[in-house]
Amino acid sequence: MVLLSILSIPFIAAIILLFVKQNEKANYIAIASSGITLALALNIAFNGAANFDASWISSINARFVLTADGLSKILLLLTGISFPAIFMATSKNEIKNRAQFLSLMLFTQTGLLGVFLAGDALLFYFFWELALIPVYFLCSIWGGEKRIAVTFKFFIYTFLGSLFMLIGIILVYTHTADQSFAIQSFKQASLSAGQQLTAFALFFTAFAIKMPIFPLHTWQPDAYEQSPTAVTMVLSAVMVKMGLYGVMRWLMPLFPNAFSAHSNFVVILSVIGILYASFIAIRQDDMKRLIAYSSIAHIGLMSAALFANNEIGAQGVLIQLFSHGVNVLGLWIIADIIEQQTGTRSLKEMGGLAKQNPTLGILLVGFAFANIALPLTNAFVGEFLMFNSLFQFKPWTAAAAGVSVVLAAIYTLNMVQKCAYGEVSEKMSKMQAPNVPAQFVLIVLLIVVIISGVYPAPLFDLTADTLQQLFIK
Amino acid sequence: MNAIIASALLGVLMMFASWIFDNEKTHTRIALVGLLALIVANVLQLNGIYTIPVDYKGLLSFTQFGLYVNTILFILTFLYVWLNGDEIAKIGNHAADFYALFFFILCGASILTSFNNLLMLFIGVEILSIPLYILTGADKKNLNSNEAALKYFLMGAFSTGIFLLGITFIYGATGTFQLVAPNVNPATGMVREQLMQSAGLILIFVSFNFKVSAAPFHFWTPDVYDGAPTVFTSFMATIVKATAIIAFVVLFHSQFKALGYAWELLLTFVLISTLFVGNITAVFQRSVKRMLAYSSIAQVGFMLFALYGPSSFANEGILLYIMAYSVASIGLFGVLIKMKEYSFEAFNGLAKKEPLLAAMTTIFTLSLAGIPLTGGFFAKYYMLNAAVQSGIGLWLVALAILFAAVSVYYYFKLIQAMYFVEGEPAIHEVEQGYKYKLLVFAILILAIGILPNVFLSYLYF
Repeated sequence: MVLLSILSIPFIAAIILLFVKQNEKANYIAIASSGITLALALNIAFNGAANFDASWISSINARFVLTADGLSKILLLLTGISFPAIFMATSKNEIKNRAQFLSLMLFTQTGLLGVFLAGDALLFYFFWELALIPVYFLCSIWGGEKRIAVTFKFFIYTFLGSLFMLIGIILVYTHTADQSFAIQSFKQASLSAGQQLTAFALFFTAFAIKMPIFPLHTWQPDAYEQSPTAVTMVLSAVMVKMGLYGVMRWLMPLFPNAFSAHSNFVVILSVIGILYASFIAIRQDDMKRLIAYSSIAHIGLMSAALFANNEIGAQGVLIQLFSHGVNVLGLWIIADIIEQQTGTRSLKEMGGLAKQNPTLGILLVGFAFANIALPLTNAFVGEFLMFNSLFQFKPWTAAAAGVSVVLAAIYTLNMVQKCAYGEVSEKMSKMQAPNVPAQFVLIVLLIVVIISGVYPAPLFDLTADTLQQLFIK
Repeated sequence: MNAIIASALLGVLMMFASWIFDNEKTHTRIALVGLLALIVANVLQLNGIYTIPVDYKGLLSFTQFGLYVNTILFILTFLYVWLNGDEIAKIGNHAADFYALFFFILCGASILTSFNNLLMLFIGVEILSIPLYILTGADKKNLNSNEAALKYFLMGAFSTGIFLLGITFIYGATGTFQLVAPNVNPATGMVREQLMQSAGLILIFVSFNFKVSAAPFHFWTPDVYDGAPTVFTSFMATIVKATAIIAFVVLFHSQFKALGYAWELLLTFVLISTLFVGNITAVFQRSVKRMLAYSSIAQVGFMLFALYGPSSFANEGILLYIMAYSVASIGLFGVLIKMKEYSFEAFNGLAKKEPLLAAMTTIFTLSLAGIPLTGGFFAKYYMLNAAVQSGIGLWLVALAILFAAVSVYYYFKLIQAMYFVEGEPAIHEVEQGYKYKLLVFAILILAIGILPNVFLSYLYF
């Protein structure tokens, strides 16, 4: 039941918000509902929850099944933390029709939670699409100048990908013994080698576009740049995880042979993507684009480690799913505060943040360190494990991906230097102290970064069962 | 049987109604009551409570499927008249005449869902078609409407000829008009007169493609849909098209399966070209009405998947498809009727002026595009599943998917105009009641999209 309620709370709040007119009230409702969701997520993560199973479309044997294992829990936590953080950090921003904006955000949250909880393939597909539709409207209505074309590209890309996944689902479904969409039946479907390969390709296309894996990434930087920052935060902190989640939940267990047969190919693509994105990030002057490319590089590393197909890599990814979300969220919030107050995203026009506002300067440095995966930050744990796994897979892939750490240090520190140090620039002189909720959120996030960096054991415990399922048959 | 008799009688009754009552509102009310009576009559038979005893000599066969389709068609017509009554009254002199034609069309439809004989099929198709020619030309003073009616009539007559020729061939091969298994020689196990039967079947296939406007027999569709009064386009593109598709599916799921691959190959060709022509041409349309005409061709492409092999997915799927497609289209045309002009630009800024109307238009559009949570998703899903199950190549399904992505392009142009472009929408004043009526359509779409089961359970009573 608790699984059903975590899904219905944002949904109900979203519907209520459709009828709310005042901005203040809307804010309270959104923050309150996402706060309750966070509490439920914590409860599910640390106390566990019984499966929810109800009849849905009986004639084709599709059921409304929600389950939460370690993989789901860690992403529930991430979704749970992200939304209240985003709502609070952007609560003072100028957004017209705020109630509608927040309502669509909460619909997105419903879709995301559904994706992470669904234990039935058709239901999974349902939520997968549902998470996309509100984002389409959010970006197209509240986005930047080129928003309509950019968002449409993003939408068509991901929609096409998910349609391919739909064919994959149908293909596996027709080969299940009991004609059902349950994940257990899917695992036991009798597919020939050729069919397994086809189904693998169909699912993989959807996930690869979502992550995105090079060369399917072209929608992403534009979409991140043109979206309103609150939506960019959702996209990069939570939504890209849908692709990685899909790989771990469906691709690995369902098509083990095709998976290991193609791991080489995907790892190479991912490594190319990492280097490519890192080099582009170095050249960026726009802070938002820089973070976007850095995020592509980090996700690339995660997909490489996942497709290296060993336990240590999967463990690293499971930790990093959470850590990357928190880190990138922190960076986005800081970038947003700077843009809101100084009106610029160009690094050339910044400088002297540390003098102008020491607190924000320190926070920026903190998240920047986490972005480079320095020891004591949460990202170190995950990235260490992931490099380890790549080394086990093929040492040269670890070496190639290792270059990206150096590159990450270059672009991240470059950003910190241009933004925080030097003389106070003309634009930066307009910078005042960020509002209290935003500051509060940043501090909390930084605490999470450090705690999970120093003492990551709870995260390991949380995800142990998923690892066991994936690797110990 | 109940439906056939009742709809014919009600049609006659409706013709006299314009004599007795002068008020067009009254005509609409009488039509609505008549439709309700029709639904009741049909449901009585569906549930096996009472059937008018008629000896139909095996010319008809009433199946659960056919009777349920009747119910759906009647309910759709009821909703359609309920929504569009005022608009229908604005065209021509007597609304009652149009309602009479509707009832005759429904009479044809109920024959088409229960034929067991090629002649009955022919009669059904004709009873369905002839009133349509009149409806198309109903706007007598409009040249476009006249042109459309003439075009439709000529092309329709031509396709009827082809249809009859096909029936003749099959009669020649089998010696009967009944739908029976192909005439097999017991000694050799071969189909007798296979060539003649196949030729006849292909001719019928072609003629049906014309009726459902599948490419390359679709050329009449855009002009007729564009020229006909918008209310009647709404009727033709939904309820009539749904009937034709159902008859098509029933016919080709019957004995013709045994006749082998000649027509299945042809079907694949027709399916691909329909998807191609419908979707690609729709992309370039400037007028929403014409875009909807082409999109209705594209939708037929998806419905044709049901022709591959009888399976529960194909049967349930085609039902869901006609429901979801018809409800969404009637709704969308319902919005279109209120527009002053039909260009995409006319919708600019609609979300600001009429938020509820824009939201409902979005739901209809999303359903036509097949996005989850709307009925259109399950409709497409069932069709794709039927296709995969029937064992045709996955490449065909993948192709259909690509075209579905193309369709998103032109459907979303409407959403973009309403929500993301500033402007003054060219829309007439819409009364509150009308919006609430449309809301029923939107809710129906969502209901089909969330619990399609509810709408299918009747099949298995």
